[in-house]
Amino acid sequence: MSTNVQKTSDTPADVVAVIAFSAVGLIWALFASAFADDAPFRVHAYIFLGAFALAIAGLVMGLANGKFRNRQDRYADDVVKAGVYASLFWGVVGMLVGVVIACQLAWPSLFYFPQAGWLNFGRLRPVHTSGVVFAFGGNVLLMTSFYVVQRTCRARLWGGIASWFVFWGYNLFIVIAASGYVMGITQGREYAEPEWYTDLWLTIVWVTYLLVFLGTIWKRKEPHIYVANWFYLAFIVTIAVLHITNNLAIPVGPFSSKSYSLFSGVQDALTQWWYGHNAVGFFLTAAFLAIMYYFVPKRVNRPIFSYRLSIVHFWALIFIYIWAGPHHLHYTALPQWAQTLGMTFSIMLWMPSWGGMINGLMTLSGAWDKLRTDPVVRMLVASLAFYGMATFEGPVMSIREVNALSHYTDWTIGHVHSGALGWVGFISFGAIYCLVPWLWKKKEMYSNTLIEWHFWVATTGILLYITSMWVSGIGEGLMWRAYTPQGFLAHTFVESVAAKHVEYVVRMLGGLMYLSGVLIMIYNVWRTIRGDVPAETKVTALSYPANATVADATAAE
Amino acid sequence: MWFNHGKLERHSLLLLIGIILVISIGGLVEIAPLFFIENTIEKVEGMRPYTPLELEGRDIYIREGCYLCHSQMIRPLKDEVERYGHYSLAAESMYDHPFQWGSKRLGPDLARVGGKYSDSWHRDHLINPRSVVPESIMPPYAFFANRPLDYHNVADKLKALRTAGVPYTDAMITNAKTDLEAQADPFSSDGPKFKKRYGDKVLQRDFDGNPDKITEMDALIAYLQMLGTLVDFSKYHPESGENNR
Repeated sequence: MSTNVQKTSDTPADVVAVIAFSAVGLIWALFASAFADDAPFRVHAYIFLGAFALAIAGLVMGLANGKFRNRQDRYADDVVKAGVYASLFWGVVGMLVGVVIACQLAWPSLFYFPQAGWLNFGRLRPVHTSGVVFAFGGNVLLMTSFYVVQRTCRARLWGGIASWFVFWGYNLFIVIAASGYVMGITQGREYAEPEWYTDLWLTIVWVTYLLVFLGTIWKRKEPHIYVANWFYLAFIVTIAVLHITNNLAIPVGPFSSKSYSLFSGVQDALTQWWYGHNAVGFFLTAAFLAIMYYFVPKRVNRPIFSYRLSIVHFWALIFIYIWAGPHHLHYTALPQWAQTLGMTFSIMLWMPSWGGMINGLMTLSGAWDKLRTDPVVRMLVASLAFYGMATFEGPVMSIREVNALSHYTDWTIGHVHSGALGWVGFISFGAIYCLVPWLWKKKEMYSNTLIEWHFWVATTGILLYITSMWVSGIGEGLMWRAYTPQGFLAHTFVESVAAKHVEYVVRMLGGLMYLSGVLIMIYNVWRTIRGDVPAETKVTALSYPANATVADATAAE
Repeated sequence: MWFNHGKLERHSLLLLIGIILVISIGGLVEIAPLFFIENTIEKVEGMRPYTPLELEGRDIYIREGCYLCHSQMIRPLKDEVERYGHYSLAAESMYDHPFQWGSKRLGPDLARVGGKYSDSWHRDHLINPRSVVPESIMPPYAFFANRPLDYHNVADKLKALRTAGVPYTDAMITNAKTDLEAQADPFSSDGPKFKKRYGDKVLQRDFDGNPDKITEMDALIAYLQMLGTLVDFSKYHPESGENNR
């Protein structure tokens, strides 16, 4: 009897649950592959089939070998390490596709193939956007949130292998989504392209993610929930609300890859841009602010500048962001009252955005010297500077009269990239440079010089990118509205296309430099993990980095 | 402080509820009224659901990501109206699931491209854009011309759209396949019935110039040629009170 009890408590319920879930999924995938209505759906059924089979095999083998002991005295860091690898991998994929489609626009005769539709701009562009935003950015957010919530709650991740389910489930979602795009499976909604079944899968994964995150907070040994976790929580909850609402759709059949959105026309447009703008607001802003609120104070070894400011700007940011969507629809058939509301709140959004920037930058008070000595701090500070710039440019572009010029042009593309490359990219790189030595118990990164190189190559790349897009965007906007003295339109549309060639080449170079920076980082990370730096002597991972890097950097000088 | 924030920091459920409340307000105030305020969509004459062939063409348009470079939304600005035609009305996309207004013009707006160019121009342009517009940066879609259109589930598509609110009749759904074939064949004996269902203005011809088979080219050109042509603007008065939004 007693051995029996011992045995049942030894069999981890979380693993059994995931095996059972995978078995159900396996059966569904079998049916789906047998009754698939179209070829892409069948391919996706096979991918699901393989993934579920692998999961079951791996988990059963792990059970047999007695793995999965839930060590409550340790942080669950393996899933964070896996997140580092996944982030780097998807970062390269997403940015490489970005460089490819930039080449297509610069040299259409060289980079298009008439019979290979799957290589066309329209199919690859979602691979690029989803690749960098959801694959790279999403993995960065998963892994940093798993790391931060454990440290700030002093508790191991809740749910046993649930966090691994979230990691693999999320990456499976990305594989399904990206392979769907090249096969032409898309809902035709920007940044929400995955079809209905992929959306359902992400919903399951996302709810599990929310449970893991909340469960860890419930287990916490700290009385207060740290500010970074407010931002992560707002991000997880709001993305769930946005994702479900914006993807309401009627599938053509239970085994068809095609669906039609529930809403149409003007209502559909505002739902989509309510989603689209808050994907920026909560995925690319609130969640990366959470990274800022943990890694900046940690790296410079100073407390957050203002507790009160963090409260005020947190609530103001999440309240106001939600309203800003209609600025994507100025002068469209959306009723004017909605456009005006969107514009008003977009301008108000400037303040809470800068509240976050100020809180981050002022945290360096008394530690500004680290800007010279620690290239990682420089990266984090540059990201905040780009954040400040993009969140000033955004409200300006949301003003109706400015938008009349900027809408539909490359200016928007430049604006997005100053936020994405400058803010999201740099804060992610900064976090990775902090995390790798902490996770793999190394004294520091393999080479500070390479971090310097990464910083300068990437920064130059960003500047080339956004300046070329300013020139081409404002240029084409002015060409479209130019009149001859006789009162005729001065230019045909295609003249504005031809005028942008040089800018498109410069943009491609900027993107290529940014990608090269990531490759430098990967080499650096690889040498660090391989152990080409002295192993860390003390176990107190959290207190060392600021002092150590300063000392080392000074020594290096 | 006027409010004890510490409570929210110590109780995750309170924090969670607070977040949900705060993020719900904006969306509710902006989106929900669009479903109830009557003059959100103008009263116009001429709007009809897409024919099965046009719908298949539209699905190809979405599949290839055309919306990433072409908007379908003409703004009421002087240069746009002169370049592309009457500014777009909300009514013109009332059957669009999803909407295809777009956000970027790497190519020109297509909201009123219907009837602007000949079918053969579209065919040549899609096969190799630079053969007719040398400076174009558009991808080539030569495979449209020889790939047969897969329309085995077109009736299911109409049915799904009816569930979403598009007024397809039972006759339209049961005859979806024959209607599709009739539209691509100017000599089809099903032509009159097809026109009865979708109106006399509907285009019925061999869009890709290849009478042997119905290709993806047929469907896409059928879609492009009807874009922006439905609403009768002689009967639309933008200044009238009911259209003042």
